Amino acid sequence: MADPDRARSRRTLMRWVDKRFPASRLWQHHLSRYYVPKNLNVWYVFGSLALLVLANQLLTGIWLTMSYTPTAEGAFASIEYIMRDVNYGWLIRYLHSTGASAFFVVIYLHMFRGLLYGSYKAPRELIWLFGMALYLALMAEAFMGYLLPWGQMSYWGAQVIISLFSAIPGIGPDLAQWIRGDYLVSGVTLNRFFALHVVALPIGILGLVALHLVALHEVGSNNPDGIEIKARTDAQGKPLDGIPFHPYYTVKDLVGVAVFLCVFCTVVFYFPEGGGYFLESPNFAPANALETPAHIAPVWYFTPFYAMLRAVTFDLLGLDSTFWGVVTMGLAIAILFVLPWLDRSPVRSMRYKGRVSRIMLTVFVGAFVTLGVLGTMPPTGVRTVIAQVCTGVYFAFFLAMPFYTRLEATRPVPDRVTGR
Amino acid sequence: MRRHLFAWLLALLPLVGWAAEDGGAALDAMTPDLHDKASLQRGMVLFIDECAGCHSLQYQRFSRAARDLGIPRDRLEKNLIFPESLDFNDPIRTGMAPDDGEAWFGVAPPDLTLEARLRGTDWIYTYLHSFYRDPERPWGVNNTVFPGVAMPNVLEPLQGVQEPVCEDAGRAGGGRDPGHHRPCRTLEIVTPGRLSSAAFDRAMWDLTNFLAYVGEPARLQAEAIAPRVLIFLAVFALIAYLLKREYWRDVH
Repeated sequence: MADPDRARSRRTLMRWVDKRFPASRLWQHHLSRYYVPKNLNVWYVFGSLALLVLANQLLTGIWLTMSYTPTAEGAFASIEYIMRDVNYGWLIRYLHSTGASAFFVVIYLHMFRGLLYGSYKAPRELIWLFGMALYLALMAEAFMGYLLPWGQMSYWGAQVIISLFSAIPGIGPDLAQWIRGDYLVSGVTLNRFFALHVVALPIGILGLVALHLVALHEVGSNNPDGIEIKARTDAQGKPLDGIPFHPYYTVKDLVGVAVFLCVFCTVVFYFPEGGGYFLESPNFAPANALETPAHIAPVWYFTPFYAMLRAVTFDLLGLDSTFWGVVTMGLAIAILFVLPWLDRSPVRSMRYKGRVSRIMLTVFVGAFVTLGVLGTMPPTGVRTVIAQVCTGVYFAFFLAMPFYTRLEATRPVPDRVTGR
Repeated sequence: MRRHLFAWLLALLPLVGWAAEDGGAALDAMTPDLHDKASLQRGMVLFIDECAGCHSLQYQRFSRAARDLGIPRDRLEKNLIFPESLDFNDPIRTGMAPDDGEAWFGVAPPDLTLEARLRGTDWIYTYLHSFYRDPERPWGVNNTVFPGVAMPNVLEPLQGVQEPVCEDAGRAGGGRDPGHHRPCRTLEIVTPGRLSSAAFDRAMWDLTNFLAYVGEPARLQAEAIAPRVLIFLAVFALIAYLLKREYWRDVH
């Protein structure tokens, strides 16, 4: 670097490239001169971590594909082949299976951050919408990926979820059969899920990540105070409370990455089954269409919605309770999309919102976690009642939001970020 | 904020309790020790002698077991490879055809490679102990953790014959279990076998330990690599933190 000749030739090279491709401009626009609020706290690390986990899933996924057999006859055995005969195959597989759960941990925390500091509010509605589309694509990706090991839980989980579509009046049974490509989950289903899991959905996810980031970099990050830092700039137009993403947040996120990897690798090396929640034990038996497992539970990241599905136990308007359960589950996800238009508060951050908003968020998170726990357990009378109450709380949080956010007293928002 | 975080964590605490919940019969605890090579070797010998006649370990190669358990190749080939058509690099396959198994036992004996991951070591260890005399069953035995089991008690020569004894004598009258409704959970040896009770426990522990190894041979490798990876990451985290602190010195 100290060598002036080398520095000059590097400048010449960059000039050559920049005339043909905006390398330096992209670098500046998205990193070295992309200004980010200086008060971002630990909640803001999960976006970067999601990108890290995505990279992990893509890389390990490519290597798994090299040794996996996408047929009903060969799938289960090929997983054991990867676990035993492929060099470090066990590591690649555990990184992928643990990565799936880590993805949802990180994404749920990322979404909670959005709720906490009002990151979905104007002008960031599109960031939220792209993010929600990503969440949906991720759920599809995880659901289809879970069928691929072709174990008992893979099989029956897919069977139960796909058969939900047959609850739709009229077209239901045909729709479910169209999704499966067969009268029941079979090798045909496995093949198409494989294609969607390794080609179609990853492309869609990458595209959505690009949209999510382009939209984010257009308006800039929100912050724990919910203040627009672009409102106060110095003579050069640089936000007073902003610092360049690189190097400040690259080094800060690097700490987050290191801490995350410590936890992640501990799970990968010592607890890859995640206590039976990341890899469910019935999945160590090959898929058997003639033998239903005693208790079919989806993987933990779907259980809140599964609990809502089961919470609807009554027929309505001449339609089956399963149909209304499916509707409830669909609405529970759909309502997240319109969140930016439900929040009428003049402030963004929970720091300056009123007491009702805080209580509602706390109760909402409690209800969501409770639903998640209930979804892992077989239903009983009491559990169903609790699930019904929690489902009610879940929807009340959103449906009452236009009222409590407008009516409650908010605190004054400071002009500059507080640095807490 | 910090206070809130603590409240969230507290809210998640009940999950720990739920995670530990387990239904079904009470099982004896068996925590495998994959570093006890001698136990794993004894377990393998027991498996080949007592189980491999009917059960396969279709994903476990002889050669991998030899390497992981420290068994010399010539000794393994001479003493442990049955039937002789199998090669050192082959998986541990039973000589019995699945159709024969179905004809003789009503169900083909299952492959046991992943049994420890499917049912857990506690279950296997307890199951192996829990055969008892039941004249109503085709093979004259039943099992308290697997009622209506199709397998004959091949371990009987080692363990002896067990019969159920009811602690709550009033319920089953006389102490004998009247069939397989199993109000009685306590079993008692009425005819001793070749092994003492303690020796049988140890043998079953070894066998279960071996099945735990077979379920996930990579566990040994994972636990060998893990400390190095985690120490590297801890050092990396420390350096990253120091770097971050240095850069952020000029942010006010």
